[in-house]
Amino acid sequence: MDTLFAYGPMVLSGISLTITLSLASLVLAVLCGLIGAWAKLSRYRLLNITGNAYTTLVRGIPDLVLMLIIYFGGQTLINSLGEATGLWGYIEISPFAAGTFAIGFIFGAYMTETFRGSYAAIDKGEIEAALACGMRPATWLRLIVWPQIVPLMLPSFTNNWLVLLKTTALVSIIGLQDVMYNANQAGRSSHQPFLFLLLAFAVYLGLTALSDLGFRQLRNRYKLR
Amino acid sequence: MDFALIFENWPLFARGLWVTISMVSLSLALGALLAIPLALVQAYRVPVVGRLAATYCYVFRGTPLLVQIYILYYGLAQFQSIRDSVLWLLLGNAYSCAVIGFTLNSAAYVAEIYRGALLSLDKGEIEAASAYGMTRAQVIRLIALPQAFRLSLPAYSNEVIFLLHASVVASTITIVDILGAGRKLNSTYYVVYEGFLTAALLYMVVVLFITLVFRKAERKFLAFR
Repeated sequence: MDTLFAYGPMVLSGISLTITLSLASLVLAVLCGLIGAWAKLSRYRLLNITGNAYTTLVRGIPDLVLMLIIYFGGQTLINSLGEATGLWGYIEISPFAAGTFAIGFIFGAYMTETFRGSYAAIDKGEIEAALACGMRPATWLRLIVWPQIVPLMLPSFTNNWLVLLKTTALVSIIGLQDVMYNANQAGRSSHQPFLFLLLAFAVYLGLTALSDLGFRQLRNRYKLR
Repeated sequence: MDFALIFENWPLFARGLWVTISMVSLSLALGALLAIPLALVQAYRVPVVGRLAATYCYVFRGTPLLVQIYILYYGLAQFQSIRDSVLWLLLGNAYSCAVIGFTLNSAAYVAEIYRGALLSLDKGEIEAASAYGMTRAQVIRLIALPQAFRLSLPAYSNEVIFLLHASVVASTITIVDILGAGRKLNSTYYVVYEGFLTAALLYMVVVLFITLVFRKAERKFLAFR
């Protein structure tokens, strides 16, 4: 019990990093997803191909592999580019930036599919009717597309978020001090790895359960099951 | 990129590929078996046991696989009683720890898929089977389960790819799987791209292969649709 009080706060202090990282990655993922969906739905072939390459590539490669490529490879790439062009000096990518970028980029591909699929499921007649009425794009998005697309994409969006949240545990491998990393350290220092890993287990379960509750509220609002 | 280095080390990657494939196939097979009772007790609302199975699935789906694997490999080693027991034959070994972890995790996801399929079965078919005088066990074994397996196929192919991707965490508990081989190459020769990019490519090839196999399987087993 004493060890739990000695090291417990350190483990829990990782929660803020886990949450910040998850939210930052989510924002980036939504951005990447919007761009990806726009590219896939565009009438230009080149954009379609790029969008398809993005989703196929990202969904074919495991997240940790991409994260390591971005963290280690990206670092080297940026610096050798800087050296070759002489435009910038040595830049060090922080693990936080690499983690956020990697997770955001990866989940952007899943978001692309979520957005594209939901948009495709909206009744085309309504979209055309609204445009034919002379609605401005902003009004059209707000009044016609948004209310219909939200319930359609909510289930898959929820799922993406839950998977994203759990994926953030991987950043402990590139040295970010999140819940997982701290639990591992606490376990090593106290020689009670089971206790602290179980604490991390409980923290993640709590976070996913909380998110689940939040999204359930949203689903109720949109009268979804 | 030093392609010669990659080709010189092909046995390393071949071994890694074999480790990943054997580990994932073994876990998938065991997980699919374990998922059957987990899904049945939930779908048929068996009192108490059904609830327990639902909790099991919720907990394993709500926490990162990395935490689960660490608890099995690093956490349980904390207890002298476990190290002295027969269980240690399995838990003292990284490979079998990974297989146990992947199996328990995959079973939770696959049980959800089966459960959904069991609930979406055609009522008429089940009623017809009972009307023929089949016992409940016969209906489940001969009608419900085979149908549920077919309906699960598309979702199951996603789970297979998901587990393949998730299996990279094995490289964090000293296993030399595909990613482990990449990491080993990088750290031995002080390079950044070669190992990770080769690993990424190998994973993509495996994903492509899985996709093709399941497309064939779906065409065969879901031909009636």
